[in-house]
Amino acid sequence: MEIGLNHFLVLSTALFFIGVYGFLTRRNLITLLMSVELILNSVNINFVAFNKYLYPENLDGLFFSVFIIAIAAAEAAVAIAIIINLYRNFNTIDVEETDTMKY
Amino acid sequence: MTDILLLMKHELTLVVIIVLLLILKIREKEEGAENYMPFVNIMLAGNFLLGLVLNRGGELFDGMFVSDNIMVLQKNILNFGVLMISMQSSAWLGRHRHAPEFFVLLLSTLLGMFLLLSSRNLLMFYLALELSTIPLAAMCNYDLAKRRSSEAAMKLILSSALSSGILLFGISLFYGATGTFDFREISSLADSSALQIMAFIMVFTGFAFKLSVVPFHLWTADVYEGSPVAVTSFLSVISKGVMVFALCNVLYTVFNQMSSIWYDLIVITSVLTMAIGNLFAIRQENIKRFLAFSSIAQVSYILIGISGMSAHGMTSSIYFILIYIFSNLGAFGVVAIVSHASGKESINDYRGFAHKNPALAWILTISLFSLAGIPPTAGFFGKLFLLNSGAGQENWYLIIFASMNMIVSLYYYLRVVKSMFMDETEEEINVESTWLARLSLYICVGGILITGFTTGIYEHILSLAQSLK
Repeated sequence: MEIGLNHFLVLSTALFFIGVYGFLTRRNLITLLMSVELILNSVNINFVAFNKYLYPENLDGLFFSVFIIAIAAAEAAVAIAIIINLYRNFNTIDVEETDTMKY
Repeated sequence: MTDILLLMKHELTLVVIIVLLLILKIREKEEGAENYMPFVNIMLAGNFLLGLVLNRGGELFDGMFVSDNIMVLQKNILNFGVLMISMQSSAWLGRHRHAPEFFVLLLSTLLGMFLLLSSRNLLMFYLALELSTIPLAAMCNYDLAKRRSSEAAMKLILSSALSSGILLFGISLFYGATGTFDFREISSLADSSALQIMAFIMVFTGFAFKLSVVPFHLWTADVYEGSPVAVTSFLSVISKGVMVFALCNVLYTVFNQMSSIWYDLIVITSVLTMAIGNLFAIRQENIKRFLAFSSIAQVSYILIGISGMSAHGMTSSIYFILIYIFSNLGAFGVVAIVSHASGKESINDYRGFAHKNPALAWILTISLFSLAGIPPTAGFFGKLFLLNSGAGQENWYLIIFASMNMIVSLYYYLRVVKSMFMDETEEEINVESTWLARLSLYICVGGILITGFTTGIYEHILSLAQSLK
């Protein structure tokens, strides 16, 4: 069987929603960050697959995915710095326990 | 070469200031940060003044970067807001060990916002958006030892990461549907197919997160409450203003073919935002949280203005943001002074505030009147133009609902005024403020009183907006 665009799209959509599900249900902050990475990687797969199958004449999609990887690293760096500081203040990285502010 | 210097003048000035601040930081000696603040304020004032002169329209980098008169105006408004915030926060930052870094982060955010306004390419748009949100989370964490501050930063970075993930998925679907990142080409290829509608909804979700439109507003109140006051005012004024401008640009240039779809989306979110923002604002006890919900409610009126889909839509939203900067910074300026002097942030702490500090109490009152939209202040005219623009679509139920919500909002704005002027308390707050903070408050009050009556301002923006079409 030939692997086509649809296969990639099913994979990336599944990955995206796994990421969203993880983001909404997990309690550990590091795991939340990993869920965001899943979302960003699903976008990368999308870009590369669209580029390869639909618009092979230029490399726009590939470039975009390279930029996403770089930005994701920056975002993770800031987020982890914030989480470390949060751990110093709260002694936990559980979302349910970092709730000094509520409705 | 002169083209680059002139067209990117706003951005290049910011880069120069950022580099200067970094050099300062390297040469830092043990003395405190007080010495930086006058220097930073002078540079920001210079930045604002430089933004007013020598402006040209045109495009650079193969159409990736565009500048025109309306963008220059938007950037000048943002520069002005940042200058005000810096003046108000000098007392707080003077005590802080890391004042230069604060401005490096603040100005990087502003740089990202300028690029966001000028970008005409989705790749550039995304990069600018990230540049304008990642440093913001670090700024929220600036009270390093406070639990609330780090909790606020955590909430901001995670929700903005999720929202940019959703936005990116939308962009990738657009790439699949059109094969290009250029705004004009996407606009000519937009055909309201199912894939494009899906993509548009995801992009709009990303915007809705940043604007704190209702289904995605839950981070707002916590982040506003936990962050230092200077960052809260930046978040609520500058960050919100730039997202309104960007949403306006994107909806009017990229998605103008799909206007029948986004009109419905904007009406639904606007009604929800109005109702929930107003209802939750009523029950808040913390004044920063209360201002957070008030800013959520204000966004819903801006959405009505944007839904007008004409030059008036763009004009009224820019005009309203200008007024919103004056009124919100007036309010946050007083909150910052009180919070810095006494550490008190609850609405009940403002009981009897007017007896000891009549000037500050009146400034807060005028700002809240302007936010509520009571006639002599500029806020009334801002909202009038927004509703007027929205009424161009002849959706009268929406306009009536919005007007009724403005009446509801009077209750919670006047509650603060009542507790300042009519309630008694034994424990009175004594505040002192720097002359810079007072000057910025007077400028804000002057702006609130003058902007509404100077009809030339609205007409000037309108002529700029019409010259675009």
